[in-house]
Amino acid sequence: MTTFFEMLGRPTLALLEGFGRITVLFLSAVSWLFRPPFRLRLLFKQMEFVGVRSFWVVAVTGAFTGMVLSLQTYYGFRTFSAESLVGATMALAITRELGPVITALVVAGRAGSAIAAEIGTMRVSEQIDALSAMAVDPVQYLVTPRILAGVIMVPMLVVMADFVGIAGGTFVGVGLLDINAGLFMDKMTTIVELDDIFNGLIKSAVFGLILTLVGCYKGFYTTGGAEGVGRATTESVVVSSLCILVSDYFLTAAMF
Amino acid sequence: MIELSDLCKSFGPYRVLDHLDLSISRGQTTVIIGRSGGGKSVLLKHIIGLMKPDSGKVLVSGRDVARMTGAALAEIRKKFGMLFQEAALFDSMTVGENVAFPLREHTRLSEREIARVVEEKLASVGLSGAETKMPSELSGGMKKRAGLARALALDPEIILFDEPTTGLDPLMADAIDTLIAKTQEATGATYVVISHDMEGAFKIAHQIAMLYEGKIIAKGTPGEIRNSDHPVVRQFVEGRAEGPITVV
Ligand SMILES: Nc1ncnc2c1ncn2[C@@H]1O[C@H](COP(=O)(O)OP(=O)(O)OP(=O)(O)O)[C@@H](O)[C@H]1O
Ligand SMILES: [Mg+2]
Repeated sequence: MTTFFEMLGRPTLALLEGFGRITVLFLSAVSWLFRPPFRLRLLFKQMEFVGVRSFWVVAVTGAFTGMVLSLQTYYGFRTFSAESLVGATMALAITRELGPVITALVVAGRAGSAIAAEIGTMRVSEQIDALSAMAVDPVQYLVTPRILAGVIMVPMLVVMADFVGIAGGTFVGVGLLDINAGLFMDKMTTIVELDDIFNGLIKSAVFGLILTLVGCYKGFYTTGGAEGVGRATTESVVVSSLCILVSDYFLTAAMF
Repeated sequence: MIELSDLCKSFGPYRVLDHLDLSISRGQTTVIIGRSGGGKSVLLKHIIGLMKPDSGKVLVSGRDVARMTGAALAEIRKKFGMLFQEAALFDSMTVGENVAFPLREHTRLSEREIARVVEEKLASVGLSGAETKMPSELSGGMKKRAGLARALALDPEIILFDEPTTGLDPLMADAIDTLIAKTQEATGATYVVISHDMEGAFKIAHQIAMLYEGKIIAKGTPGEIRNSDHPVVRQFVEGRAEGPITVV
């Protein structure tokens, strides 16, 4: 009987402990938003790393997402002659759902993992201790700029992904599949509302927070040398992808 | 100045510090010797609050570092410089930026003055012109010396050195010992140095303390330690594998 409860209890405890630590890390990082020194240089560097350097990969994934959406919707809608609705459906799916989620997953794989690896390496080579020893708070120096960069840059990437995705979808719909351009655009602009885009951006800000915070958290609590850094990196991608998809459901349920 | 009393620290079942007492006087160099894996680095990390004891006190200027957190701890840490055993240079910054880091954080010096201090500190550890190198381009001994320059940058009141000469060639080791002795004399700061190298220890120390099985078993001037009749100290000073300490 004890073994059964132990089996159940141990992972639950570990999960609760992890949740507690990540919450503390988050609150401490947030508290440094309002206290000097404000490290703008570090913030810009992270904005460049998380945002600017994800530009191309997000642009390409965004474009092809829109293109394949148009293609799929077209094959489905053609059977009941609703081709004119392809644009609206595609644009709705992109702005509400696929733009934010796919961008977040791509950035989690690209930047979130790199954050975990970098901070994890700093942990195991005592660079984080060195920061503390020099009276610089490692959370303020390492974590706050990264999560702020995530919250700012992921929505901006999503705006770009939405745009590129819709352009790609329109290209396939109007250009390749010969759907009437006027109808395509007309339905799209009447059905998609500003709120759809806006809610998508709120979601992406949350995703940006999740992927940077999880990366920082995994890096911060790395133990066990190079192997530990590898583990932290992988886990950061797995955990942040899961958190992004799960929170996406609940955010969507709450917003639309 | 630094007063460790009844300090205990365990990792799992393994007790590293066992009711340890040690007092380190202001304005002197205290060298801590002891076996590899004996807990010297752990002891040093307690002094600056990077590790917290399971019980006991770590008094620095009368204030208990073990019970401090946040801003108070940061404030007291500004008095310190520390050289880590593996140097712990920031590998995203150049050597120059590493040495400049504490200056940028805690002084209002202009960039020109900072560049001058960096150049001077790097020259003093034999790394002139290494400002623009990345830590990954340095050898182990060069990293250690760059770490030393960073620890010295602010001319702090207390400096903790974790094996400053390990991994250096004998000539460089001697030069670094001379640098440590000279800087200490010039600044009158309190130095705590961990060392395996008995010759160097005798050269720089005002006080030598030996850590063995979690306790300080002997403390005294270099002369006293050299002539100690404590069998463990004797064995260590003479560097013999046979004796009361079982080596392998
Ligand atoms: N973070 C830690 N977690 C678990 N055990 C640790 C940790 N740090 C140190 N130890 C253990 O404490 C003991 C003392 O380690 P410490 O690094 O202080 O040795 P040392 O005296 O500095 O040795 P050396 O001269 O080889 O550097 C070792 O057995 C080590 O395994
Ligand atoms: Mg050590």
